[in-house]
Amino acid sequence: MNIFVCVSHVPDTTTKVQVGGDGKAIDPAGVTYILNPYDEYAVEAGLQLKEARGGEVTIVCVGPDAVKETIRKGLAMGADKGLHVVAAEPRDSFGTAKAIADALKDRAADVVFCGRQSIDYDGWQMSGLLGEMLSIPSVSVAAKLDIAEDGSFTAERDIEGGQETITSKLPAVISAQKGLNEPRYPKLQGIMQAKRKPIEDVEPVPYENRVEVLEMSKPPIKEAGKIVGEGPDAVKELVRLLHEEAKVI
Amino acid sequence: MSILVVTEQRDGKVKKASYEAVRTAAKIAGEMGTTVTAVLFGADEAAAKGMGGYGAAKTLHIADDRLNLYANGAYVKAVAQAAEKEGSDVVMMPATALGKDLAPRLAVRMDGAVAPDVTDISVDGGDITAVRPVYAGKALIKVKINSAKKVFTLRPNVFSAGEAGGDEAAVEAFAPELGDEDFVTKSTGTSIASGKLDVTEAVNIVSGGRGLQGPEHWQLVEGLAEVLGAATGASRAVVDAGWRPHAEQVGQTGKTVSPNLYVALGISGAIQHLAGMSSSKCIVAVNKDKDAPIFQVADYGIVGDVFEVVPALTEELKNHIGS
Ligand SMILES: Cc1cc2nc3c(=O)[nH]c(=O)nc-3n(C[C@H](O)[C@H](O)[C@H](O)COP(=O)(O)OP(=O)(O)OC[C@H]3O[C@@H](n4cnc5c(N)ncnc54)[C@H](O)[C@@H]3O)c2cc1C
Ligand SMILES: Nc1ncnc2c1ncn2[C@@H]1O[C@H](COP(=O)(O)O)[C@@H](O)[C@H]1O
Repeated sequence: MNIFVCVSHVPDTTTKVQVGGDGKAIDPAGVTYILNPYDEYAVEAGLQLKEARGGEVTIVCVGPDAVKETIRKGLAMGADKGLHVVAAEPRDSFGTAKAIADALKDRAADVVFCGRQSIDYDGWQMSGLLGEMLSIPSVSVAAKLDIAEDGSFTAERDIEGGQETITSKLPAVISAQKGLNEPRYPKLQGIMQAKRKPIEDVEPVPYENRVEVLEMSKPPIKEAGKIVGEGPDAVKELVRLLHEEAKVI
Repeated sequence: MSILVVTEQRDGKVKKASYEAVRTAAKIAGEMGTTVTAVLFGADEAAAKGMGGYGAAKTLHIADDRLNLYANGAYVKAVAQAAEKEGSDVVMMPATALGKDLAPRLAVRMDGAVAPDVTDISVDGGDITAVRPVYAGKALIKVKINSAKKVFTLRPNVFSAGEAGGDEAAVEAFAPELGDEDFVTKSTGTSIASGKLDVTEAVNIVSGGRGLQGPEHWQLVEGLAEVLGAATGASRAVVDAGWRPHAEQVGQTGKTVSPNLYVALGISGAIQHLAGMSSSKCIVAVNKDKDAPIFQVADYGIVGDVFEVVPALTEELKNHIGS
């Protein structure tokens, strides 16, 4: 099986986001970057599929040179090689998908995994964009996946209040949701080997963002409210405030 | 010309988030001198007419049994055909599980782009601009789509649907041209716990954290939720511990919610939890640690033991709501 896993290089979840000097993106100073948490499920799904069916797992990432570090994290988990689409300028979701679709077009992917969402721009779009650009099926937010020998598969996706069962067939793009598997931790040996695994660089076609960021701002700071009181004695007053002041009950 | 709004129903009942999208689109359409056409998959003629109550001039009603369950290829084709027929460059839909899956494929099909999960949208010098939270709500970006075709998904529970009123929508039966190839990917069924509200759709939420000390104490959370007609949520710590299902997790790697009332019981308020709920309209926290970070975002806090405070609060609310 020819398996591709798209990963994104994102600020750690504990990052205190500050708006950068251009007022349109975050200030990268002091930010630690990680492999997008959902992409760990995607990498694991790729590795498990390879272990079951054989083949090769390629980690794909679009971005500047710094993203190689994130590609190596996927390689340390056990993927075979990397594909770095070298885009110095930040791209919107469409442009990122376009760069990946162009790079994968002639590579005969059997399956492309990605995460349900990249925790920087929270787009939730990649599986649909890529599926449509590559003219293959897409299933998003898969929390369960069962691929048969003939390539037909069943996925369970999380929807409001429950799950939806989807059937489809490979080649396809599948976005991973927590619950799909338990991502493995890279072992020391894996980290060492990752340094020697090949990463191919490709240049994407120039692209002008379709979604233009006009400005970035911080949400209004919520002021700490009041401590109504201590223990069960405060309950009466709380209910009064919820009714009379906040008017939510 | 008109703005197209993709609406959703479940068991014949149109989802509230769809009415919110229709109402919001109608405001934008009004400012741009055009109207709203709703696209409704399934449900009955009354539901199709009812879109008028929220501001749609017309409903394209798709009564095709093959589309009762979601199939992204077929839905994309149907909506793209509807947009073509109506000459619509702008398509809006709620950012539900369905909307988030449909919007990107649709945007590529229409040769446009998506602004996802927006929390504000307006007309600015003839252009539509939208605001959306990024970095799990730690920042906001104001965006504009520069391609001619534009797709917006609207975060549920943020925009008001208002009261139904006004004229019925003109209903037009619409039969998209679909072939077997459009159903390669399809839903074969859903399992939805009946009577259980999802946190993303709920007006009120009661969430529990590690302070509850174990799954056996969840009747405290559920009891309070019942009086408030609320959905139950959870912190990641309790989901990771296996006390509650992942579907209930609120936060950066769970669900983002913005209910009218969010009650946090025994939740410390880690940055990743706050990211998912700090846009709630009113936040109440009960925690025995007066320095817990949750109190920094709570509108009202009680410092105390959940095992003492919650039963008293549930009782007091019962009396209040009963009277
Ligand atoms: C990549 C990443 C993603 C994450 N995503 C999320 C996410 O999506 N959602 C999320 O919630 N977390 C997330 N987290 C985890 C987050 O950092 C916290 O660990 C988690 O939110 C803590 O849950 P908690 O508040 O229930 O537990 P704790 O932090 O242990 O807090 C328990 C609280 O209960 C109080 N308490 C204890 N006993 C009582 C009592 N009897 N009465 C009253 N109060 C009591 C304590 O004072 C304490 O404040 C993420 C972490 C990482 C690294
Ligand atoms: N720059 C990128 N390079 C490769 N894959 C990406 C990139 N950005 C996002 N992805 C993939 O798309 C998924 C969903 O991202 P998004 O649609 O941006 O929220 C992520 O979990 C990744 O798998």
